[in-house]
Amino acid sequence: MADDRIARFEKRQAELTTMSDADLKDRFWKLCNQVAQPIADLAKTHTSPSIERSVLLRMGIDSVSTHAVVTRILEAGLLGKGAGNVVLKLSKKTGKDLRAAAQAIIDDKNSLNGLF
Amino acid sequence: MAKQLDQNKKLDIDELMKDLDTYHPPRKGWTWREAAPGIKMGPFTYKGMSKPLKKSIGLPASKYFDNIDPQPSCVITSEIASGRFEDDIRRMRMAAWHGADHLMVIRTTGQSHIDGLMEGTPEGTGGVPITRKQLRASRKACDQIEEEVGRPINFHSYVSGVAGPEVAVLFAEEGVNGAHQDPQYNVLYRNVNMYRSFVDAAEAKKVMAGARIFQIDGAHNANATAKAGWLVMPELMVQHGINCAYSVMAGMDKNLIGLSTVPPDAPPAPKLWYDLPYAIALRDFFSEYKMRAQQNTRYIEADIEEAVRTHTIDTLISMLTSADIQSTITPDEGRNVPWHYNNIRGIQTVKQTWAALDGIKDFLTLNMNGPLGQMIRDLKVRAVAFLEEVVESGGYFAAVEKGFFVDSAKYPERNGDGIARDSKGGVGADTLVARDPDYFAPVCDHFGNNKLPAGVKKACDAIGGCTLCKPEKIVFIDELDAEDNVNVRLAATKDYRSGDLLKPEAEWAGDGTVLLQFVVPDTEEISREAALEMGRKLGLADPQIVNMMMMHPAEGTFVELKGKVQFDVKKSALKIPPKEIILPEEEIRDAIKKLGIHVVAATVGEDEHSVGMREIIDIKHGGIEKYGIKYTYLGTSVSINKLVDAAIETGSQAILISTIISHNDVHRENMRKLAELCKEKGIRDKVVLIAGGTQVNRDMAAETGLDATFGRGTKGIHVANAIVKTLKARGVL
Repeated sequence: MADDRIARFEKRQAELTTMSDADLKDRFWKLCNQVAQPIADLAKTHTSPSIERSVLLRMGIDSVSTHAVVTRILEAGLLGKGAGNVVLKLSKKTGKDLRAAAQAIIDDKNSLNGLF
Repeated sequence: MAKQLDQNKKLDIDELMKDLDTYHPPRKGWTWREAAPGIKMGPFTYKGMSKPLKKSIGLPASKYFDNIDPQPSCVITSEIASGRFEDDIRRMRMAAWHGADHLMVIRTTGQSHIDGLMEGTPEGTGGVPITRKQLRASRKACDQIEEEVGRPINFHSYVSGVAGPEVAVLFAEEGVNGAHQDPQYNVLYRNVNMYRSFVDAAEAKKVMAGARIFQIDGAHNANATAKAGWLVMPELMVQHGINCAYSVMAGMDKNLIGLSTVPPDAPPAPKLWYDLPYAIALRDFFSEYKMRAQQNTRYIEADIEEAVRTHTIDTLISMLTSADIQSTITPDEGRNVPWHYNNIRGIQTVKQTWAALDGIKDFLTLNMNGPLGQMIRDLKVRAVAFLEEVVESGGYFAAVEKGFFVDSAKYPERNGDGIARDSKGGVGADTLVARDPDYFAPVCDHFGNNKLPAGVKKACDAIGGCTLCKPEKIVFIDELDAEDNVNVRLAATKDYRSGDLLKPEAEWAGDGTVLLQFVVPDTEEISREAALEMGRKLGLADPQIVNMMMMHPAEGTFVELKGKVQFDVKKSALKIPPKEIILPEEEIRDAIKKLGIHVVAATVGEDEHSVGMREIIDIKHGGIEKYGIKYTYLGTSVSINKLVDAAIETGSQAILISTIISHNDVHRENMRKLAELCKEKGIRDKVVLIAGGTQVNRDMAAETGLDATFGRGTKGIHVANAIVKTLKARGVL
């Protein structure tokens, strides 16, 4: 197995050595993009508790509350909607401002029922 | 507009802490230096310097060159890690005055595993807990300091760990200008789950891009970690490449993406043969990105001078290639948490090297036809082959699982000591959630799928603006811990900050830390214990050896010992000699012209030192001749008798003696003898008697019966001033 690797490297080396500097650089960046692209696609279609807390922070909700709110939303299976989306929807539904809506989620997990 | 600082006063920490809840930084984003090619400073013209500072402290030798302080064209970084931000800001001011404009605050140990933001101002270890209050107070201090020195300061910290997106938002809100961000770092060195780390990183990078925060990657950690740091170079290029490509995909501008690159080797290795080809290969492949040249830490031991020498050569590599940012490593990093004066030493290493080698590329061309060209090419080929193998293995995550990274062998060889991580394991494993088709985040600078509701053009319009557009929406949390906070620390050290007490310090106000350097004439084993015992006998608390160097196995050992002094000094009890007020130059010249002053001068005793006296009298050194004084110089090793006779013969109004040798107090003896002889000969009231020397000080005049005595750093004007003042006091003028 290890010998295979070295042999494959030597084959690559022989090919790469014939390339111009510019082509070699071009190949380097193509490969970097090829490696990074599927990861960027994963990031586009997924979220995490920290991303969602960072959204709530940008909505003017303090760092202590964002923690509790995202935990509640995750438990309710609604994180895929976006925590900001959830808080905004509740705010509209109840007429509370965003901070009060966030607090309502912390105070009562049933407040999320029937939102979506 | 930031508050204007008085250079003669300490930063006012009470003022800084006031109204923090409503403070927002006046500007955001990264700033480069203003290049000044061909700038003239003092007697010189420079090639690679930037606009000078309004206020700064030059290298020690600058006094010989009109006190110029040329500032390199690259941004200079100083890393600050005391654990207390209230002391960090004082260190930032010191560093800025010496020429740093990128101040990097290290985070407290373990913060990267905290799932969320920290608040308040708790004390840290090896860095500060990064919190909103701490950032805001520090940025506010930087805003004042940049006004003082006349150049923008880039304030920097770290967006890593499992709370990356939140930290990035915090930085964007608080005007942090630069940050480390590299998902590979989390995976390899912090064991954060690889999927989580990369998904979080895309969001963090997008937020950083929006605030124009300069990004530095984490690839340099591979040569700080791998056993043979000089062999991992193909992998380093791959790590840089992956982070760069991913960052661009996340929306970053290439001008704001920096490669953290370290010359990987250190003497006694033949450093140039590894570091130079690598530096060039990297700059070739990454020509669209910025180079943050770091100095080597992998091979830094406890010896400060060894570190400085290696860092000088690291800086040479930067100058032979390029550096947009030259980072400095405090030379004491190998032995303790950096002390503030070592931040300054690190900055000076760069300033000194940059000035000395200014324009080096105008003289030298690198010979690419020899081994250098071949080595560069070999590195590039290996880096590309490495990437091909990553793709062949199933992509990045599969490669990490197989231990591709931080293996200490030269690619493609493997030592099997690479860092392998399980894609299902690590901190934050299994925490990603797929976004639903109606996923929505009503904020700016959000990465990835975001389904805006019908009619909404800009995401944050849905909430009437996010904190990035409306900073007044940011929620400021003051303190969460009643015991562990800045107010408690400030109260405990108040007497040292604004009161009457003084203590030596290395890290914090009132820490009492001192460093002693001495040789113990014995073996290392005995010297170690002896030095500790000496520290205890000196009354030092907690004496510790920070460095030892064998002079010879039996003859002796150089020891550096730190400890804490157990006493305070009261400022009010000190006798500070009044500052000598120098008469205006015009007045001195007029008086000298009026009286036609002539003096005799010599180095007295058995003493052949002539330089000091020549500097005092010669016009070309700004000596007394410049002010119109005529002199007769009798040379060195002149007897007092001969000198006094010469004064009488020439009708001189003053006698100047230089006395350097001080064995058995011979300098004092010469000074007394001069006064007595003049009295004997009846001319004491007709001549002004002045002595100078390296072991002489101003207080010795009264004690020896002379009119004025001078030590190191004396100039002709001080002597001319003393002559005129003495004659005035005698009523001659």
